[in-house]
Amino acid sequence: MTETLDKTEPKAPSHRDGDEPYLVVEDLTVQFPTYDGLVQAVTELSYTVKLGQTLGIVGESGSGKSVSSMAVLGLHDVKRSRMTGSIRVGGTEVIGANDQVMRRIRGNDVAMIFQDPLTSLHPFYTIGSQIVEAYRLHNDVSKKAAKLRAVEMLDRVGIPQPDRRVNDYPHQFSGGMRQRAMIAMSLVNNPQLLIADEPTTALDVTVQAQILDLIQDLQREYGSAVVMITHDLGVIAEIADEVLVMYAGRCVERGTTKHILTHPEMPYTWGLLGSIADVSGDPEKPLVPIPGTPPSLLNPPTGCAFHPRCPHRDKVEGNRCATDLPELRKGRFPDHLMRCHLDDAAAIFEAEVKEEVLR
Amino acid sequence: MTAEPLATPQSSGSPLLEVNDLVKHFPIKSSGLIRRTIGQVQAVDGVSFTVHSGEALGLVGESGCGKTTTGRLVTRLYEPTSGSMKFEGHEISTLSSRQMLPYRREIQLIFQDPYSSLNPRHTVGTIVGAPMVVHKTVPKDKVKGRVQELLEIVGLNPEHYNRYPNEFSGGQRQRIGIARSLALNPKLIVADEPVSALDVSIQAQVINLLRDLQKEFGIAFLFIAHDLAIVRHFCPNIAVMYLGKIVEVGNRAQIYETPHHPYTQALLSAAPDVKQAAIGGRRERIRLEGDVPSPINPPSGCRFRTRCWKAQDVCAKEEPPLMQIGGRQVACHFAEPIRVVTIADSTAPEANSGRRESDRV
Repeated sequence: MTETLDKTEPKAPSHRDGDEPYLVVEDLTVQFPTYDGLVQAVTELSYTVKLGQTLGIVGESGSGKSVSSMAVLGLHDVKRSRMTGSIRVGGTEVIGANDQVMRRIRGNDVAMIFQDPLTSLHPFYTIGSQIVEAYRLHNDVSKKAAKLRAVEMLDRVGIPQPDRRVNDYPHQFSGGMRQRAMIAMSLVNNPQLLIADEPTTALDVTVQAQILDLIQDLQREYGSAVVMITHDLGVIAEIADEVLVMYAGRCVERGTTKHILTHPEMPYTWGLLGSIADVSGDPEKPLVPIPGTPPSLLNPPTGCAFHPRCPHRDKVEGNRCATDLPELRKGRFPDHLMRCHLDDAAAIFEAEVKEEVLR
Repeated sequence: MTAEPLATPQSSGSPLLEVNDLVKHFPIKSSGLIRRTIGQVQAVDGVSFTVHSGEALGLVGESGCGKTTTGRLVTRLYEPTSGSMKFEGHEISTLSSRQMLPYRREIQLIFQDPYSSLNPRHTVGTIVGAPMVVHKTVPKDKVKGRVQELLEIVGLNPEHYNRYPNEFSGGQRQRIGIARSLALNPKLIVADEPVSALDVSIQAQVINLLRDLQKEFGIAFLFIAHDLAIVRHFCPNIAVMYLGKIVEVGNRAQIYETPHHPYTQALLSAAPDVKQAAIGGRRERIRLEGDVPSPINPPSGCRFRTRCWKAQDVCAKEEPPLMQIGGRQVACHFAEPIRVVTIADSTAPEANSGRRESDRV
């Protein structure tokens, strides 16, 4: 949190400070008032993504990873949600921005790929017309030129016979092709920031590999920033430069992918790593699951939200885990942030956890 | 990890379940008044495998490869088109539902989606007790006690007997489903994607539970999943399916360390490997082009040939049979081992910082 806060805030909209990362999220809090109470979906979340970089946001269902990224696109109904903090996309403040500003950003500067391509494509319109619509919203071109552009994009994402398939309806595409079409649509305006929300969860492994390769190739080609939201550490390991681990709406650990996967310092990350089976590693060793279930965001636990499930809470004196929220503080590595009361998390990991978790 | 023989020594006699050339074709009917059959979805097309008692066989493949259909055929939820299934030596594929009844006790099913596989209007007690009531294995007054015992076994509070499924989380619901499948002391459980609907941290809980149950009660599993890592973790023997056929069968070491079939190799190389990626960078992927062909009109010869980089003319003409190669069975004209996955404890130096590390600031 600290390294993003000490930067001077550029006030002028749409003018990017030379140094500022493309996406800056600061102290983002998203709450949804419901009949049952206030759902604290995201609390004081801060992160930045530079152009050409990939940030992976990982967490279980209900950890706030999707809610936080939908806020970047301004997709939350202002009447039904409370948002505070700041989100700047290329220098433009998104929170509180009017519809006109949002429409300019959405699809043009920032694009999103959703999890289920069948529900995020309109079943009544052809793939081509949906891409054309997205393109013509932001570019003053003829329908014919826009259609050529759609064919070009479909070709670029690897759809065979794009000049014919452009006239197909979504149901005529397979799952992997639909996701490609979604990617084509999101990239048609050359967005600087691509948010991929579980883009491969509904796909088979071989198709997942194709889609991840495609996203990486396109990122290298266009130099855009990518936010990859997933529950799958495997996807993170394949694609992300930096990882942000979310739990109960908060960032609990952040750092480079290598550090997070090999030297994590937050017990929840240890738990995530211990929970996954791997295609290498010793199959005879049992998995090390996290006990219990993720908390309700209506009524999150006091102190550290993870403390009811944390096997290491006894190591902190005075039951502080249950009473005080740990600050997001520097870990062992320069870019490493973690939210835990354990003073010697790194040492505990090396001594007790590593053997179990990194089989 | 030493190579285990395909058949465990204690069960080298007759296998618990022996499936031979099992076929299931779903007819496609024309619309209109006279509904003629205009095609066949060849969901399962000549599948053979054996499960020995107390053993887990993993069935892996992508969606649409027929693994779930196979599971439903084994439990006789679908009628097989042809082929034989022998359970403890008895042919069960042609039995009437009345004759099937005693075998249903022995073969139970765990479903994928814990939200749709439990009746929301029934209490946990009714759900878990139902198999015992139907099969009259336990006197009525003892059902409650047995249900509570089962709930305890799967790690739920026995006091929750009177609760409804909506009061439980996904992982807990899956435990209820597991308790139900244990109610009749089955010899074989067909687990159809038992953890894929659950969160990562909960998946591990359920997998560990299934492992413990298997050790404790000696239940055999037909474990159907698309997640190669979980299958490797749970099953000593694995069968890989592609488009209604089994393309490779072998034990864990044979499938994961020296896969022979190109499809197995591609599948393995596509599976993300967290720990390897973290320490050694990404491995080279075998890129498969395109999608799985339609099972309505599968390719001639070898069904994988349309996506295979080794395919030659013979692949389109002749269908490769499952051949024995060094203890495993492979259906490929050009089978040869490729090492795709680096198995742990083979030295992976941490200094090797990998591709992505180099382009980091």
